[in-house]
Amino acid sequence: METDLNSQDRKDLDKFIKFFALKTVQVIVQARLGEKICTRSSSSPTGSDWFNLAIKDIPEVTHEAKKALAGQLPAVGRSMCVEISLKTSEGDSMELEIWCLEMNEKCDKEIKVSYTVYNRLSLLLKSLLAITRVTPAYRLSRKQGHEYVILYRIYFGEVQLSGLGEGFQTVRVGTVGTPVGTITLSCAYRINLAFMSTRQFERTPPIMGIIIDHFVDRPYPSSSPMHPCNYRTAGEDTGVIYPSVEDSQEVCTTSFSTSPPSQCVFTVTKAHFQTPTPVVTDTLRVPMAGLAFSHQLSSSRLSYQPAALGVGSADLAYPVVFAAGLNATHPHQLMVPGKEGGVPLAPNQPVHGTQADQERLATCTPSDRTHCAATPSSSEDTETVSNSSEGRASPHDVLETIFVRKVGAFVNKPINQVTLTSLDIPFAMFAPKNLELEDTDPMVNPPDSPETESPLQGSLHSDGSSGGSSGNTHDDFVMIDFKPAFSKDDILPMDLGTFYREFQNPPQLSSLSIDIGAQSMAEDLDSLPEKLAVHEKNVREFDAFVETLQ
Amino acid sequence: MNCRSEVLEVSVEGRQVEEAMLAVLHTVLLHRSTGKFHYKKEGTYSIGTVGTQDVDCDFIDFTYVRVSSEELDRALRKVVGEFKDALRNSGGDGLGQMSLEFYQKKKSRWPFSDECIPWEVWTVKVHVVALATEQERQICREKVGEKLCEKIINIVEVMNRHEYLPKMPTQSEVDNVFDTGLRDVQPYLY
Repeated sequence: METDLNSQDRKDLDKFIKFFALKTVQVIVQARLGEKICTRSSSSPTGSDWFNLAIKDIPEVTHEAKKALAGQLPAVGRSMCVEISLKTSEGDSMELEIWCLEMNEKCDKEIKVSYTVYNRLSLLLKSLLAITRVTPAYRLSRKQGHEYVILYRIYFGEVQLSGLGEGFQTVRVGTVGTPVGTITLSCAYRINLAFMSTRQFERTPPIMGIIIDHFVDRPYPSSSPMHPCNYRTAGEDTGVIYPSVEDSQEVCTTSFSTSPPSQCVFTVTKAHFQTPTPVVTDTLRVPMAGLAFSHQLSSSRLSYQPAALGVGSADLAYPVVFAAGLNATHPHQLMVPGKEGGVPLAPNQPVHGTQADQERLATCTPSDRTHCAATPSSSEDTETVSNSSEGRASPHDVLETIFVRKVGAFVNKPINQVTLTSLDIPFAMFAPKNLELEDTDPMVNPPDSPETESPLQGSLHSDGSSGGSSGNTHDDFVMIDFKPAFSKDDILPMDLGTFYREFQNPPQLSSLSIDIGAQSMAEDLDSLPEKLAVHEKNVREFDAFVETLQ
Repeated sequence: MNCRSEVLEVSVEGRQVEEAMLAVLHTVLLHRSTGKFHYKKEGTYSIGTVGTQDVDCDFIDFTYVRVSSEELDRALRKVVGEFKDALRNSGGDGLGQMSLEFYQKKKSRWPFSDECIPWEVWTVKVHVVALATEQERQICREKVGEKLCEKIINIVEVMNRHEYLPKMPTQSEVDNVFDTGLRDVQPYLY
């Protein structure tokens, strides 16, 4: 027993540091989900909120953090790092920030653990809340969805700042001295936002190596299997997650004494979750339901992506992950059938296609049921229930949020217009008008456009162009079909040319097939009325299309 | 004791005055508020929970975090509104400042009234600029947003110094240190 720190204090301090680390991760990840966070104050202490701050616990995030920590605490040379990166719909990724929770050797022996350290950790968390909204990545993360997503990765050990590019800046959130060392929380963020090319795949093996190495380097064997984060086991683990989540929600009911520290009373009890939690779930519902849900999943699951490359192609892994994520919610749904009506997400299971998922669902449920009955950790259940309710309430929305990324294909519209002018000189004179109409032409006909657009976002789920006929969703993510994709500009004009030929009336066909150079101005003028007539005929189609866009 | 004083300066457009002030004040109060104290026997107390809320600014590209307390928000908005009106009515140079002072009450013997001893003062100096075009306003939005980011980092740095904070009071003394009038949170007296 150290002379300056009795065993009770030491235990308390370790507990504080552990939960501080977990809460830090929660704050950081929640700040990057892309939505506004709102939690309620509660005047009556329930004893369930660490550091007297209402910070929700997303179970997946807690699970990830615990896995990364693997029973250890941040110590000298062993920092806990949360890496925030951005991944575009084309597959490019870029590290944006690294948040580090470090410990150094500078000890403050005089400080009182259960009082001053606790309050200072609480203050540090508040500072973290403020700082996470201030770094450049926050604004990026608020706009995520269509063209990119924000991912997180937690690792333990040495801080890796090389991925941040040149000239990254650091901001120190704060420090707290403790009798065993000084805790420092800082953030290094990227300044240079110029995109790296698709180095994603070259990058990932080293990251995999890092994750594995950290496990291997540990002086003592871990209880968890040492393999890269695997989506399938993640699904199976959902049944296992809850006991550990319950552990993380072990309660700290702290009583503080107003008299000198020697009389300080500190009690730690497990408490039932009461009123705050329904409040918490309310706030979960507040953000855009499907989007919030999918982002949580995509951000958490995609963080495995580098590791999953070991399993299979990232493209395959991604949708499986999503299925696993959805599965994670199913048990909750089934557990509270009254609330959720259980079944609605079930149709999505075949949509995502794997038998294994369904089996997982079956196995998860009974274990979750028993777990739920055994423990009062209803908060995480209600949280995930509300998650799943969001998922259920708009399963198509959930799927569509991913499809929405492909609406990013429409971003290519300007490119279309540009290439059109170069391709079709006959139309060049009336470029503004014709481009507009012809641009909508390919998109007027929904059956065709999804097929060409889905390969664009090859690594993502397909379908759902304008308004999402989400029926085609299921297998498209597997089909990396690089048919004439809008992704390649040189092919683009040809494609649209094909569309014109297919869908325009004969008079226009003939004018298209005529060699551009041969036509004279007079001929163009002559053909104008014909073209106008044709476009007028198609007006209804264009209108219908416009309506679907709205 | 000495009172420490911090000064923050911002240059904003007229519409942004309120939001910039609120962002700064709320950030400071976030750090200087705790949950409600509940005193128990044996001189111990437990603390309630403080919730937080993200607030997007309409006229600035900025989001700040504030304590989830409608009462506190209303109180701040009222004061900032008055400040903004005063600034507008003063005409002239468009310079103004507002201070947030944290103090402790010290009971004095009769017949002297209680003393208020400040231990921390935050002063925000505002310089109002007038912009002509929409483009300038757009640039101003972003610039002020970045400036506010810097200010928040400054505030956090100061908070992190862990300098003097009033001792946690006994039940009888709590009103001398904290503002106990709010329902859900308990900021230091300001």
